[in-house]
Amino acid sequence: MKSIESINKWVGSGSPWVWLSAGMVSLNLVMVFGLLFLISVRGLGHFWPAAIESVELREKDGSTTSLLGNFVEDEIVSAARVRGTGSTVPEDMEFVRRYLIKVGNRDVSGADFVWVNETDITSREIPLDSFMAERDEWGNFYGNLISVKLDGEIIASGATAWGAMQDGIARKTQIRRQIKGIEKDQIGKINYAMERLRLRTKRLELDGVEAGARIDKIAAERLSLEKRYEALNGSLSELYKELGRYSITAATVAGQQVELPVSKIVRAIHPNQMSMFEKIRYYFAKMWEFVSEDPREANTEGGVFPAIFGTVLLVMLMSVFVTPFGVIAAVYLREYAHQGLLTRTIRIAVNNLAGVPSIVYGVFGLGFFVYFLGGNIDQLFFPESLPAPTFGTPGILWSALTLAILTVPVVIVSTEEGLTRIPRAIREGSLALGATKAETLWRTVLPMATPAMMTGLILSIARAAGEVAPLMMVGVVKLAPSLPMDGNFPFLHVDRKFMHLGFHIYDVGFQSPNVEAARPLVYATAFLLVVLIVALNIAAIRIRNRLRESYKAGDG
Amino acid sequence: MSKIINASSKEIDSIDNSNSPVGNDSDLAVSNTVSLTVSNLNLFYDTKQALNSINMTIPKKMVTAFIGPSGCGKSTLLRCFNRMNDLIDGVRIEGSIFLHDEDIYARDVDVANLRRRIGMVFQKPNPFPKSIYENVAYGLRIQRVNNRRTLDRAVERSLRAAALWDEVKDRLQESALSLSGGQQQRLVIARAIAIEPEVLLLDEPASALDPISTLKIEELIYELKRDYTIVIVTHNMQQATRVSDFAAFMYLGNLIEFDDTKKIFTNPAQKQTEDYITGRYG
Repeated sequence: MKSIESINKWVGSGSPWVWLSAGMVSLNLVMVFGLLFLISVRGLGHFWPAAIESVELREKDGSTTSLLGNFVEDEIVSAARVRGTGSTVPEDMEFVRRYLIKVGNRDVSGADFVWVNETDITSREIPLDSFMAERDEWGNFYGNLISVKLDGEIIASGATAWGAMQDGIARKTQIRRQIKGIEKDQIGKINYAMERLRLRTKRLELDGVEAGARIDKIAAERLSLEKRYEALNGSLSELYKELGRYSITAATVAGQQVELPVSKIVRAIHPNQMSMFEKIRYYFAKMWEFVSEDPREANTEGGVFPAIFGTVLLVMLMSVFVTPFGVIAAVYLREYAHQGLLTRTIRIAVNNLAGVPSIVYGVFGLGFFVYFLGGNIDQLFFPESLPAPTFGTPGILWSALTLAILTVPVVIVSTEEGLTRIPRAIREGSLALGATKAETLWRTVLPMATPAMMTGLILSIARAAGEVAPLMMVGVVKLAPSLPMDGNFPFLHVDRKFMHLGFHIYDVGFQSPNVEAARPLVYATAFLLVVLIVALNIAAIRIRNRLRESYKAGDG
Repeated sequence: MSKIINASSKEIDSIDNSNSPVGNDSDLAVSNTVSLTVSNLNLFYDTKQALNSINMTIPKKMVTAFIGPSGCGKSTLLRCFNRMNDLIDGVRIEGSIFLHDEDIYARDVDVANLRRRIGMVFQKPNPFPKSIYENVAYGLRIQRVNNRRTLDRAVERSLRAAALWDEVKDRLQESALSLSGGQQQRLVIARAIAIEPEVLLLDEPASALDPISTLKIEELIYELKRDYTIVIVTHNMQQATRVSDFAAFMYLGNLIEFDDTKKIFTNPAQKQTEDYITGRYG
C-alpha cells in the first residue's frame, strides 16, 4: 500500500513528465549527433592517405598470391557462407572475419576491390616502396615504381625515379590547366558565339530574309570565329603533344610491368613513407579537391563542386520566387480578405499543401512548368532553336519554381502569424496619422513582419535544400556539362540542367558502377549537404536576428 | 434624452452667444469658436448599443475632457471623431459629427485626409520601431514630403512643441524604443502634431505613465491648447480639473452632463455626476 501511495505521490509531483521529456530530448540529440558523427567520420575519413599493405594469400590449391592495397573495411560472416563460395575454413570455426581490400589496377586485374578471408592470409606487411597513383581513368594504381621515360627514353630509374615522376606530374598538371583554360573558357566562348550566330541565321530564315547585309555580317563573324578556333586548336594540339611525353614504368605486386602515361596520373603518393605533416597536407588537398573540382570517373572520384554550386543556386532562386509570392498571398489572406468560410477553407488548403508528397509537385512541375509554360515560351520566343527545346526541357528555373510552390505554404503560414502579432496599437498609430491601409502595411506592418517572413524562408530553405524527388523530374542531372552560371551573356542560364548534392548522393550511392569506391563519397557528400543546409540556415537566421533587433515591436 | 440636450445647449451658451446646435442639422451654428459638433450620434457594436444619441459641441482651442467610469463609452466617442471605429468589425454608426461644417461621416469623405486633420494619441505610447526622427517625420512622409530641410524643420518644431527636443536632439537617429515611457508618449504627441492637425484627441494619454511624466504631459497639454483643439479622455478626476476647460460626464453610453469644468466639479447639475465625482460609484 505504502509503495503505491509513494508512486502516486511521485506521479502527482510531475517529475515523471520532466523525466519523460528530458529523455525524449536526449534521445533526439543522440540521434542527431549520432547521425552527424557517423557521416562525418565515414565521409571525412575517406580523404586520409591510408597505409598501403601487401598481403600473401594461400589459395585453395596451395599456391600463394599477393595483393597490394588499402584495407577499407572488415566484417564478420558465418563460416558456412564462406565455405559456400568454395573457400576452405577450419571445421571448428563458426564465424570468419573478412576484409575488403582496395587493390586498384582495374585495367590489369579487372576489379578494384577484393574480399579476403582472414583465414587465408599468411602474411601481412607494410612495404615502404609501394606507391599509389590516382589516375584520370581506371581508378587507382598500386605498385612499385621502376623507371620514368621521356619521349620513350628512360631518364630516371631507382632512387631518382620518384622525383622525376613528381616533376612530370607537376608539368602535366600545369599543361592540363592551360588546356582546360583554352577548352572551357576560350573555345567554350567561341562555341557559344557560334551557336548564337546559327540561331540568328535561323531566325532570319524564319523571318524570310534570304540575303542582305545582316547575313553577310553573320558570315563574316563566323569566319573570324572560325579563324580564332583554328588558332586555338593549333596550340591545343601542341599542348596535347607535350602532355604525352612522360610515362612511367611500374610493377604490380604480381610482378607484371605496366607502362602508364603520366598524362593520366592525377597524383602519386607513397603513404608508407609520408610523415604526419605530409599526410595532413595531402588530406586537406584532397578535401579541397572534393569541394572545388568537377567529378571524374562517373562521379566516383574527384569533387562535387558543380553539385554544391547547383544546390546553392537552386535554393537562392527558390528563395527569390517563394518570398514575394508567399508574402503577397499571406498579406491578402490576413489583411484584405474577408475572414469568412472561404478564407478559412483557403487557409486549410494552404496548410495541407505542405503534406502533399513532393514527387507530386515534381510531376506537376514537369507537366505545367516544363511542358506547358516552357513549351509555349519556346514557341513564342525561341522558335529558331526548335525542335531542340530551350525552356521546354527540365532546367534550374523550373526546379526552383517547383520547389517554390512546394515551400510556399510554409512562408504563407509564418508570414500570416507574423502579421497577426503586430500590435494593433502600431497599426492604429499609423492610420491615425493619415496613412491609408496600404501605406500602413507598406511602411510599418510589413517591415515589422520581416522577421516572421525570414522564419518562413528559413524553414523553406531547410526543406528545399534537402528535397530530391521532385527535382529528378524538373531539372537535376547526374552530370551537367556546364554550370548554370558562366562568363557568357546573360551569365545566369536558368534554362540549363544542373547537379544537386541530394541527387548526387542518390546517384553515387545507388546508380554507380563501382559501389565500393563510391560509398565513402556518399558519406562525404551527405556530410557536405548537411553542412551546406546548416550554413544556409545560419546565414538566414543571422539576417533574421538583425531584422528582429531593428524592428523589435515596442510593447510598452 | 432631453436632459442631454439641455446639458449641451446650456454649455454652448456659456462659451458663446450663438444658437445652440442641438437636435437636427438645420440649426447648426457654425461658429469660429466651435470645432466639432456631434449630432444625434448612436453607435452599435453589432446589436449592442454603446452610444445613445449623443449631442455636443467641442469648443475650438480649448481642452475638453471626457470623464466617466470604465465602459461608459467615452473612448468610443473619442474614436468616433477620427473614425477609428471604422476599423472594428461590426460597428455601426448613426447620426453625424461635423468638423466645422463638414460631416465627417458623409459618403465622400477621405478618411485618411480626415485623420490628418484630427490627430490622435493613444493610451499606451505606440512609437514605430524606427528612429526618433522617422517617427516624427512619418506623417509628413505619408504626405509625400521628402525634402530633407522641410522635414528637419518640422521634426524640430514638433519635438520642441512636445517639450522633447532638448532631451533627444543629440540622438534623433536612435530607435524610438530606447526612450522612456513618458518620452515615448511625448514623442507620439510630437508625431501627431507634426502634421499640424486642427484637433488633437488624447485617449488617456497619461494612464500608463509615472507621476512625473504625467505632470509633463499635463503641462504639455496646457501649452498645446493655444494652437489645437484638444479632446482628452481621462480616468483621473484631478487631471481633468487640472487640464480641461470643459468636461463631459458620460455614463452607460449617455452623455449625462457637459459643462464648464469648474461647474462640473463644484456644482454639477446632475445627481449622477455628483455621485461619480464624489466617488460614490465608478
